[in-house]
Amino acid sequence: MSLKLKVLTKSLWVYHAGCSACNNCDIEILDALTPRYDVERFGIVVVGSIRHADVLLVTGVPNYKTKEELKGLYSQAPQPCLVIAIGNCACGRAMFKDSYNSPCAVDEIIPVDCYILGCPPKPEAIIAGVVKLIQKVGKK
Amino acid sequence: MSHKIVIPLGPHHPLQEEPAFFELSVEGEKVTDIDITVGYVHRGIEKLSESKHFDQVPFLVERICGICSSSHPYAFVLAVEDMLGGEKNIVPERALYIRTIIEELQRIHSHLLWLGLAGHFLGYDTLWMWAWRYREPVLDCFEMITGNRQNYAIFKVGGVRHNIRDEDIPIIKKTIGDLTKVVDMFCGAITDDPVIKARLKGVGVLTKQEAIEWCVVGPTARASGINIDVRRDDPYGIYDQINWNVIVKEEGSVFAKIQVRILELYESINIICQCLEKMPEGEINTEIKDIPIGEGIGRIEAPRGECLHYVRSDGTNRPIRHKIRAPSYMNVPSNKTTVVGETICDAAIILAAVDPCYSCTDRTIVLDRITDKKVLNGWDLIELSRKKTKELRRNFKSILK
Repeated sequence: MSLKLKVLTKSLWVYHAGCSACNNCDIEILDALTPRYDVERFGIVVVGSIRHADVLLVTGVPNYKTKEELKGLYSQAPQPCLVIAIGNCACGRAMFKDSYNSPCAVDEIIPVDCYILGCPPKPEAIIAGVVKLIQKVGKK
Repeated sequence: MSHKIVIPLGPHHPLQEEPAFFELSVEGEKVTDIDITVGYVHRGIEKLSESKHFDQVPFLVERICGICSSSHPYAFVLAVEDMLGGEKNIVPERALYIRTIIEELQRIHSHLLWLGLAGHFLGYDTLWMWAWRYREPVLDCFEMITGNRQNYAIFKVGGVRHNIRDEDIPIIKKTIGDLTKVVDMFCGAITDDPVIKARLKGVGVLTKQEAIEWCVVGPTARASGINIDVRRDDPYGIYDQINWNVIVKEEGSVFAKIQVRILELYESINIICQCLEKMPEGEINTEIKDIPIGEGIGRIEAPRGECLHYVRSDGTNRPIRHKIRAPSYMNVPSNKTTVVGETICDAAIILAAVDPCYSCTDRTIVLDRITDKKVLNGWDLIELSRKKTKELRRNFKSILK
């Protein structure tokens, strides 16, 4: 395990990019920060810019407009940057796969490290997903 | 001398969870103009719903927006029931009560969510944490009734999918009872706080005349003195059999919008308590065999205002046209008057004060670019230059011969 990754997993700073999501996953992400779940205990903080972030959270199925935005965001992220796809839409386009405005899934645009399923996933599921991601990175 | 500067906000910015792009033109501290670009959340739901049958569409439309995920299916179901002869004639009474309870629980969770975000924008992160903490028991109620915290999947044409069990009723009553004290606390903490008053009173004022001109709906309109509420004007569910009030404030500022939403929380609590008292026993669903040829309209008072669904059927099992107009579509453009003339530090809270929801609102436009204009880049110039050399060479050869 490289020093970079070891330092990275100590305190994850996340940046949240909503790509035409329905808000549910976005709200559950914010919910994980509020007192009942309070992931800030583990050093997980939502930051305002991708340039400060270790993890990129992606929700929703990208449309033609957000597809380019997402590419741009990922290229600006400091490497190594982990990507988590949250919700069924981000993981596999769900019921929007036949839509005229959903060109591709998230993992066809940028590499995804962790998929968290659910519509929306509960905050417990999001926390469990992040824990598994940290363990996976630790084994490398 | 002041300089005119354009400040881009977004599309991915920490203020709101949804992508939307604002361009604020400022002169010094004052905002002189605003341009809003939406379209980052468009998924083509109206078109998708034409490929699903009438029982599948509610699942699709509740994913329009996560916060009002019971309003859209309810409005769709009302529109279909409008074709069948009216909600009151075909839906069993217990189902009407359950629909009303779900609708009001959703209003409570949506208003608390907005209150928290408003506190976050103002720098009162404590308020954000409080509001979202006390919102959790409401979500637990949803999980108990429907099995999911969001996206309840409870509405169907002709009734509801899940019953409220008798043993759940005391738990809901207790949650709602506890919530009254919490709302009292918020009321004291926000409306009596001198800093919040100084910060928000007279800020972002939308006068009654402007509200009429911009056709705003819901709490945004009621905070500007317009007395509209679909629940009273065109009753659905069992709102006509229950005592409750429409909250109207005259001022039109951000403070009035907060007041309206907090006072609406009391009304919602009151409505749920009355519903739980009066709810009769009986069926929760009627079998609907066919949807006749025709068209129907469903209007509903979502937490942000009037939500309208129009459905046309040709007698098959799929709608041939489904039109949705969500409340934010009317409310967001009113920012054009409220933000202009205010200082840039107030812009965030004013933009958030209409409780915008872009995933409801987004439309798409296909622009036909003017094709006779061509932009040449460096590579094109090199190509042109090489072409010319080639031609000259050819000519030279012919001259030499």
